[in-house]
Formats: sequence, C-alpha cells, structure tokens
Amino acid sequence: MQISSTHDTSSLDKPALISALHRLLPGDSVLFEREDLRPYECDGLSAYREVPLAVCLPQTVEQVREVLRLCHERNVPVVARGAGTGLSGGALPLSNGVLLSLARFMSILEIDPVNRVARVQPGVRNLAISQAAAPYGLYYAPDPSSQIACTIGGNVAENSGGVHCLKYGLTVHNVLGLKVLTIAGELLEIGGAALDAPGYDLLALMTGSEGLLGVIVEVTVKLLPKPERAQVVLAAFDDVVKAGEAVGRIIGAGIIPGGLEMMDNLAIRAAEDFIHAGYPVDAAAILLCELDGANEEVSEQILRVRQLLQEAGATEVRTARDEQERARFWAGRKAAFPAVGRISPDYYCMDGTIPRKRLPEVLSRIAELSREYDLPVANVFHAGDGNLHPLILYDANKPGELERTEEFGGKILDLCVAVGGAITGEHGVGMEKINQMCHQFAPPELAQFHSVKHAFDPQGLLNPGKAVPTLHRCAEFGAMHVHGGKLSHPGLERF
Amino acid sequence: MAATMDADIGAALQNTLLEAIAQRTPLRIAGGDSKSFYGRVTQGEHLSVAGHRGVVSYEPTELVITARAGTPLADIEALLAEHGQALPFEPPHFGAGSTLGGAIASGLSGPRRPYAGSARDFVLGVTVLTGKGEILRFGGQVMKNVAGFDISRLLAGSLGTLGILLDISLKVLPRPETEKTLVFECSDAEAIQCFNTWSSQPLSAALFGNGRLYLRLSGSVAAVHAARGRLGGETIADATTFWAEVRDHRHSFFDDDVPLWRLSLPPATPPLDLPGAWLLDWGGAQRWLKTSASAEAIRETAAKAGGHATLFRGGDRHSEVFHPLSPSAAALHKRLKAEFDPQAILNPGRMYRGF
Ligand SMILES: Cc1cc2nc3c(=O)[nH]c(=O)nc-3n(C[C@H](O)[C@H](O)[C@H](O)COP(=O)(O)OP(=O)(O)OC[C@H]3O[C@@H](n4cnc5c(N)ncnc54)[C@H](O)[C@@H]3O)c2cc1C
Repeated sequence: MQISSTHDTSSLDKPALISALHRLLPGDSVLFEREDLRPYECDGLSAYREVPLAVCLPQTVEQVREVLRLCHERNVPVVARGAGTGLSGGALPLSNGVLLSLARFMSILEIDPVNRVARVQPGVRNLAISQAAAPYGLYYAPDPSSQIACTIGGNVAENSGGVHCLKYGLTVHNVLGLKVLTIAGELLEIGGAALDAPGYDLLALMTGSEGLLGVIVEVTVKLLPKPERAQVVLAAFDDVVKAGEAVGRIIGAGIIPGGLEMMDNLAIRAAEDFIHAGYPVDAAAILLCELDGANEEVSEQILRVRQLLQEAGATEVRTARDEQERARFWAGRKAAFPAVGRISPDYYCMDGTIPRKRLPEVLSRIAELSREYDLPVANVFHAGDGNLHPLILYDANKPGELERTEEFGGKILDLCVAVGGAITGEHGVGMEKINQMCHQFAPPELAQFHSVKHAFDPQGLLNPGKAVPTLHRCAEFGAMHVHGGKLSHPGLERF
Repeated sequence: MAATMDADIGAALQNTLLEAIAQRTPLRIAGGDSKSFYGRVTQGEHLSVAGHRGVVSYEPTELVITARAGTPLADIEALLAEHGQALPFEPPHFGAGSTLGGAIASGLSGPRRPYAGSARDFVLGVTVLTGKGEILRFGGQVMKNVAGFDISRLLAGSLGTLGILLDISLKVLPRPETEKTLVFECSDAEAIQCFNTWSSQPLSAALFGNGRLYLRLSGSVAAVHAARGRLGGETIADATTFWAEVRDHRHSFFDDDVPLWRLSLPPATPPLDLPGAWLLDWGGAQRWLKTSASAEAIRETAAKAGGHATLFRGGDRHSEVFHPLSPSAAALHKRLKAEFDPQAILNPGRMYRGF
C-alpha cells in the first residue's frame, strides 16, 4: 500500500535534508539506507508497510526540538514512534517523511514515593515503570498486554488501556503531566505532580492524540500503592451469553473488580495450548474476575462473586490457589493475541466497544459474519468495560483473504457503532480505521477535530493522514454516519 | 425564570446563540448560577441553560448516566442513590440550584477527588453547542472510546469559553458499602505526613484544619472496620453533613470575607510560608488559604513548590484569577478558543483576560 501525505514534497531535496539532519544529530542517529529503514516500515499492524525517507533517533530533548524545527521549516511530515507495537498503523511511516523514534529516551528521571509519582522519558517501557516503583510498594496501573515492550509515550499517544482499567482507569486517568514539543519546536509543560492544572485540559487532549498534536518528551504518571491482596476467580460457562450476563450481575451487585475479562472457546484453546494456564478447554467462554484491595474486603468479595457466578449458570468456578496460579491465569489472557498467532498464519485484531448489555447480539452477529466470510474469529473481551477484541484468523498468502478480512473487520466496527459503541476502545484509529471514522462522526465533528489539529499544527505536518479523515476522503468513501444507534438511511442493508 | 419541568430546549438555545453570533453579542452562560463567584468577571447577556433539563438515560448496570446540562445536581444524585450509585468525584454544589452543566464546565471536584478521580475523569461524552453555532457530539456512552481527539474532556473545566454543554454522559460507580470518618489531633506537618503514609488505607477523603485531621474511610464493612482498628482515632457523628459542608464551602472555615485562594500542590509539600489561615484538603494536594497576601507572593510560593494557585473567591476578579499560563501555553489557548468560538462571544474573559 502506498501511503503518502498530501504535502507536496516534490521539491524536497532529500540529500540536503539528510545532511541537515546529520548536522543536528550524531552519525548513528540518522538512518537513511534502505536496509536500515526496513525495521521501521510498520508497527504492530504489519499489513500496512511503508519505508520512511529517514529515521531519526535523537537522545536529547534539544535534538528532538532541532529535528522538529528543521522539518517545520522545510515542510517535511514527521511521524513519532515509540516501540512500534501499535495496532492501528499509527506509527506507520510516510515515504516522504521523517520517522522520529523516541526509543532512546529510556531514563526514569524520578520516582517520588512520597508524592507517589514517577517522571519518565517517553521511551520508557510501561512495565519498567512498575518495576522501578516496586521497591516502594507502588505501581503504575494501566497494563496493556504489550506492557513488556510498549512505551509510555506510545501509551499516552493512544490512551492505552489494560486488563485493570475498569477499576483503575485508562492512561488518561493515570497521567498527571506531560512535556510536549510542538511541530514548531515550542515546549509545552502540561500539568505535573499537582492536580488539575489551570487552563484548558490539554492533558486530556494530548492523551489519545496519536502523535498528531505534539511530540511527548516527558511523562509524569501517578503511582498507586500495591493492593494488599489480589485474587482471581475463573468461571467457565457453556454459553457466552451466560458469561455476559454474569458480568452484569457482578457490577449490578456493586462490585467493581480490578479486572474482568472474557475469552471465548477459540481464544481459550489457543491460550491454553500456548501458556498451559489451566483453562477449561471445553468451555464456551471463561470469565477471569480479579478482586483486589484490603485483605478482608477481598475475602468478602470472593465469596460474593463466586455466588453470583454460580447463579449466572457457571459450570465451574475456581479461585486461584496461590500467586503462581493467579499469574498463570493472567498470563493466558495476556498472551491471547500471540497465542492466536500460533494457530493461524495471520490474525487481525479488532478493537470495538459496545454498551455491555448488547454483547449477546453483537457476538451472535460476529459469529454469523464469520460464517459468511468463512473466516474464524476468536473473541477476547475486556468485559467489564465493553471493549471487544475479535481476532479474525486469516492467511495473507491466500489471494484476496486480507481484503476479505478487512471488509469483515469493517463490518464488525460498523456493528459497534450501530449499537451505540465506538470503533476503537484503546488501539486508536491510526491508518487502519480512518474510513470507519466517517461512520462514527458526522462532517461537523470531523471538521472540529481538524480545527483542533490546526490550533497545534497549522501546516499539518505531524502524523498527517492518520486518526482523522479529511471530509473529502469520507465523501469518497461514501460513508454513512451512524448516530445514536440509528443509521442515517435505515432502509439500506448495512451488515 | 428557570423551568422546573424536564425539557429539551437545545434548539432554542441554538437559535439564541446563532442570533448572538450574528449580532456579536457576548453571552454569560449560566446553569444554576451557583458558581458566578468563580472565574473572572465576564460581561455579556445572560443565557440560562437551566431550562434544558432531565435525565436522558440511566442504566445502573452499564454504570452510565446521560443528562441535560440544566439538570440539578441534586436530582441526579438522588436518582443515583436510589440505585446505590453516586458521582464519584463528589461535585461541589455551592448552592441549591447547581446544575450538572455547571459542575462539568467548572470542572471542580470534591473531597473524594484524589482517591476517586476528577470531574473530567468521569466524563464519557458530551453534546456541545460551539461558538460556531453547531451542535456537536463527542465521546459517547461507553467506558472506552479513543476515536478522535478527547474533546469531551477538553470541554470539562473550560468554563463555558469553548461551548455550551447541552448534555453530558458520565461514568458512575457504586456507593461504598460503608463510610466512617475518624478525627485526630495533630499539627499541620504531622497531618501531611499521615496523609501520605496512610495512602494505602481505604481513604476517600483527608482533611486538616484547626489542629484536627479528618480521615474518611470507604469500602466494605470488613475493610473499613479493619482500617479503623489500624488507625485508631475518634469517629465523628454526622460525617455526611461534615463532608458536604467542606465540599460546598459551608464549613465555618469559609465563613469569611478575606480572599480565598486554592493552592494545588504535590500532596507531600511541607506547610508553606504564607500568612493567613489554612485548610488542607485532598490529603494535602488542595490547600485553601484565606489571606490578604499579594497574588504574586502566593503564586510564586505555589509555583516553587511545583503547584499553582487560583484566586477562588473574593479579591479582584477583574485581574487574572487563575495561575498565569506560560507564553506558549497562552498562545495555544487563544488558538483553541478561536477554533471553537471564533467571535469570542462565549463567556469572554471568564477564564483569562482575552479568552
Ligand atoms: C501483543 C499486543 C498486545 C497489545 N495489548 C494492548 C492492550 O492490552 N491495551 C492497549 O491499549 N493496547 C495494546 N496493544 C497496542 C499497543 O501496544 C499500544 O497502543 C501501545 O500504547 C503502543 O505503544 P508503542 O510505544 O509501541 O507506540 P507506537 O506503536 O510506536 O506508536 C503508537 C502511536 O503513538 C504515537 N507516538 C509514539 N510515541 C510518541 C511520542 N513520544 N509522542 C507523540 N506521539 C507518539 C505514534 O505516532 C503512533 O501514532 C497491544 C499490542 C500488541 C502488539
């Protein structure tokens, strides 16, 4: 796929740009030979590939600023990149642009155990923060399954979630401060260790902005005291609908579990095969429900939850016997994507959200689509907060199968919008869901997004072409905007 | 006159706004007008959103409520309480008529904020009437949604300077099974230390004033009982009233005409050397100061400690009341304002001079 921004860079003098970059950065920090650029051609969504014009690997904020200024001056697009684990093509390079890697910003600048904050550079891995905070009995709550690899800068840019976000929130709820460089090289200090900064909530605006508004060069996160105890209950069901109902019962009973995850049979079998987590492979669905907090509270809640699960028709309810078993139960869930990757040549991970009560109809519609497209689907579900990850299994080497998969995926997202949900809960729009944005939003909302972008980056140089489609693109795509669960042309066949 | 019946007057508000845009008439937006003391003085024709009221949808097991901006906060809280739920950020009312729209537009949160999260944290989606006269929807009614920029949360706390909130979807949570408030006698420095060393206890509020430290414990009966055993202290009788008074500034500390400042600080910041009377809330992260000290001195002290200061109530409300922004941030704010309200007619100058 050829992706390039709308910027007219035909007049761009490539060798001149590269030598200008060389003047700003040490020799090993500028890559421009094709074989050196290859590793950067895609992120976690490997179906989309593009080789950038050059890759920069700066090491200081000052160097980042200089690179941005240069690109700004020469009208060269810039795509920021953390670890490249993104699943929506957000860090996909542009053939006429600079790929700005923040991978060398790996320092934890400060752990302040008394104020319970950590100040880190953007390239620090998510898990590394919790590891550095562990000696103080603290941790950073959002835990994407990719946490051993993904960076905090990428997490902020995507507003990433994890299996514990029903109770502890998404990245946006756990970041207190940012330092951001605008494309013009201006430094914005947003928030900090003190709460609720004056002015507009730029912290919220930057979080999830997918590298379109600024380059994050420092992050201050909130650290939480590790709960005294955490225990996980595994429940098996012979029917996914029953598992969905069980989720409603738990929350209806006033319990907010630390984590509440669902997997369907195909996902269970794949994970079990890979991790040997001890999952019941015959179950139609399992729920993992983690309860954490004060010792006494956890004991009480375990009893309540076990009872609720049984009432909901669970065929088996197991409490992890010890910390090892708890870790194993989670390891199976966290490895669900790679596990599915082992049973299929390729898989395509979707990320829609829905009001939880619509789960049964959404799952049965996905199953129908799966038969229609003749492509198997494994479902992994952040059940507590309605975030579905259907994984479509396909083989890219079979002609036409990728296209069929993408079409199928698009229908799943349309379905999410139609039931009142969203096309992405945590993976972002990136390049991947740019067309579905035309379904989620009407032209005036899209225009307002462009207005916001314009306030930060009037030339449109930061990650152009991603996250927010042009109105022109939507018109071409012929999208129909769906609002409040109603299609604008209800008579037309959509799914 | 404020209507008392549920009604959708979004279209009427839009017409009024379109006219104001055409005439370039500045508007002073109000819900219950309970927070007119807050922010800078703004000139403009009074535009009441109070008539746009009513709960649009509420599904307890989905943990989401959607209501029109003019809905009284008290009505929403009563409805949630019927289902054993609450607004976790404990919004200040500051008056009987205070509305949901005002609570979100001001972005203020009550005593539970450092433990549960802020007003904006619970915003899931909004419908907004921008200064361009358009009715736009951002976010939604689901817990997770990262499609497009997070404009819903940007609007929270923007004091009506970017748009008129029409309806708001919020995440709600179950009320804790039980709560207990403990009181201890100690110094301010000791209180600050306690706030922070006890951070792993099931706290939902922590306050210090007049030689007394108040801790509210929330959670299951067993957890609160166990924490009580660990911490000791005396319990206070009418804790619900006590915290509501702190939240709404009806506590005797606030009964004063001296300018009231709000300092937001890293919670463990030692007692600051500024003259006046202090009330430390949010486990030390939000400190109220009654003082006649100069704005410069207060802001400099707050900034040195890594925080910021707001002239919350009283004092000169024609000069800047919020902590000054850096030049680059101020320029960006102005550009954002212009992208939402190109004629600059929505609450002009309420937040900062110029926007
Ligand atoms: C196996 C697997 C499991 C996953 N599980 C989860 C999960 O549970 N939850 C979840 O939310 N996500 C998950 N993801 C997706 C992904 O890991 C997250 O989106 C992550 O936050 C991306 O971080 P990154 O450092 O790899 O960012 P990248 O992929 O490098 O970049 C992501 C986006 O952020 C921008 N960006 C990166 N750094 C900066 C910066 N410093 N300043 C400005 N913009 C920047 C990029 O331009 C791009 O748009 C998973 C991915 C994989 C492969």
